[in-house]
Amino acid sequence: MSVTDHHSKKKPFTIRKGLSLLGFLAPAVVVVAVFTYYPLLRGSQMAFRQWNLFDLRNTPWVGFSNFATLLSNPTFYTVLKNSVIWVVGSIVPQLLIGFGLALLLRRRFRFRGIYQALVFFPWAVSGFLIGILFRWMFNGEFGVINDLLRKTGLIETNIAWLATPKTAMFAVIVANVWYGVTFFAIMILAALQSVPEELLEAGAIDGAGKVRTLFQIVIPFIRTTLLLTVLLRVIWVFNFPEIIYGMTGGGPAQQTHIVTSWMINFTQQGDYGVASALGLIVVAVLIIFTSFYLMALKERDAR
Amino acid sequence: MINRQSLPVKVIRVALLTLWMLITLFPLYWILVTSFKDPGSIAAFPLRYLPQPWSIENYTSLFSKSSFGVYMGNSLLVSLCAAAAGTLISLLSAYVLARFEFRAKGALLLAFLVTQMIPAFIALGPLYVMMVNLNLVDRKGGLALLYIAMCIPFCTIMLRGFFENVPDALEEAAMVDGCSRLSALFRIIVPVMTPGIMAAFIFNFVNCWNELFLSVTLMNSDSNKTIPTALNGFISSFNIEWGPMAAASVLTIIPTMVMFALASRWIVEGLTSGAVKG
Repeated sequence: MSVTDHHSKKKPFTIRKGLSLLGFLAPAVVVVAVFTYYPLLRGSQMAFRQWNLFDLRNTPWVGFSNFATLLSNPTFYTVLKNSVIWVVGSIVPQLLIGFGLALLLRRRFRFRGIYQALVFFPWAVSGFLIGILFRWMFNGEFGVINDLLRKTGLIETNIAWLATPKTAMFAVIVANVWYGVTFFAIMILAALQSVPEELLEAGAIDGAGKVRTLFQIVIPFIRTTLLLTVLLRVIWVFNFPEIIYGMTGGGPAQQTHIVTSWMINFTQQGDYGVASALGLIVVAVLIIFTSFYLMALKERDAR
Repeated sequence: MINRQSLPVKVIRVALLTLWMLITLFPLYWILVTSFKDPGSIAAFPLRYLPQPWSIENYTSLFSKSSFGVYMGNSLLVSLCAAAAGTLISLLSAYVLARFEFRAKGALLLAFLVTQMIPAFIALGPLYVMMVNLNLVDRKGGLALLYIAMCIPFCTIMLRGFFENVPDALEEAAMVDGCSRLSALFRIIVPVMTPGIMAAFIFNFVNCWNELFLSVTLMNSDSNKTIPTALNGFISSFNIEWGPMAAASVLTIIPTMVMFALASRWIVEGLTSGAVKG
């Protein structure tokens, strides 16, 4: 987000003006503080308590025992592995297809507005409902995906996609890639449109081919936007359990859970202590990842 | 990138764009087709790619076997109220954050951004307890309140971007003429920013309409359920009835899809303005 701007902002502050501005800000700040930050902080505390929705009278502090419960659960390691597969397996194809789509959309054409509005469609739908749609399409018996694959001769017998862990993981990732391409396409398209025309023309005059122009002029120019978009997306996809929740519910046998969908599993059992411990682990992982990512970005810029 | 485009390149480009559009729209097409099949032919071979015969039985049974009409009404009411209030509150805060420098500004923006990046489920338990204490569990007003809180951070960031495109000379002039700041904001700036504000409102509405986990946690009586809570009930049952499920999905998707399509231009602008400038 940009902080630089073109307005002159050094206006004299009077008390009256200060108060009226405070009045403007207050509703947003109060609502977010009370209904987002306060419960978040309380929730973080729960990670160190025994806290079950069905036993609210008895919530003693238990130190790190919720974390110990998690670490001694073999599913925890499956879930960590799945989270990495989920993020990498989703983001890389989303980025590549999204980039391609953005390049295709860069030049104006007659129906571009309508086209954009149409391919926008996944965005208007909740991840949960996307999960349901794909659950139906990947249905082992009456799923349209099996039918299409059989018709094109790619498979001979139906695959029970959501019944085995590997194919189920593949299926949820397919759904997520489908869902996320639009976001990348739109961010990258906006970035592409910020590349000055002269830069491209200079490349053309130098006789650089389209591919070289792309890699030597365009991509370096939009690099920062690209890398920050990827960072935001990684954080977001890591925190995005809805598709998995709607499609497999983490099954079969808890084998398609990612960290956040597993967290939901605990909250549905009322076990908020363990769920919060898991939440804090997510926050820690994301903070560490973000710091390393931004450090690497800065270091490359410095060189 | 060079202005002439040879015919083969053009053909490939159109073909790829068409292919992606088909892939994007296929799930929607398939759920529509499923919803209009007669219940007997949904699970029958060979799979049909058009309903044969067409039937609205899935829709009628959806409404007769569940209170889907009530759920839709609840979703509409809660989402409209929360989106409107959320947009209004965000408009005020975004205005201040766009126009003025003050010490806590950076921290405030960061605090808003961070809410978008942490797993919200950490807050679910304490929120539930809070709502019990406030006597707001299973109340539409309570859910709307939480949705307002959910909308504000991102909506503020989005609207702030739009404010930065409006010169501040506009409201200064109005204020010199004796307008108060608030009336200058609503009489002079809001009309100029209408598309952006509509986009923010639609974005909020869609988010509330789609929200699942808060409503599942808070709403338990049938007369107060919203659509996502009801859908969650449908898929949690041992044997999913795909016919009514498809009908329910279609009815859930269509309103938001239309709204998003109409506002897509401004939503794109709102989402990308920050990223590109930065």
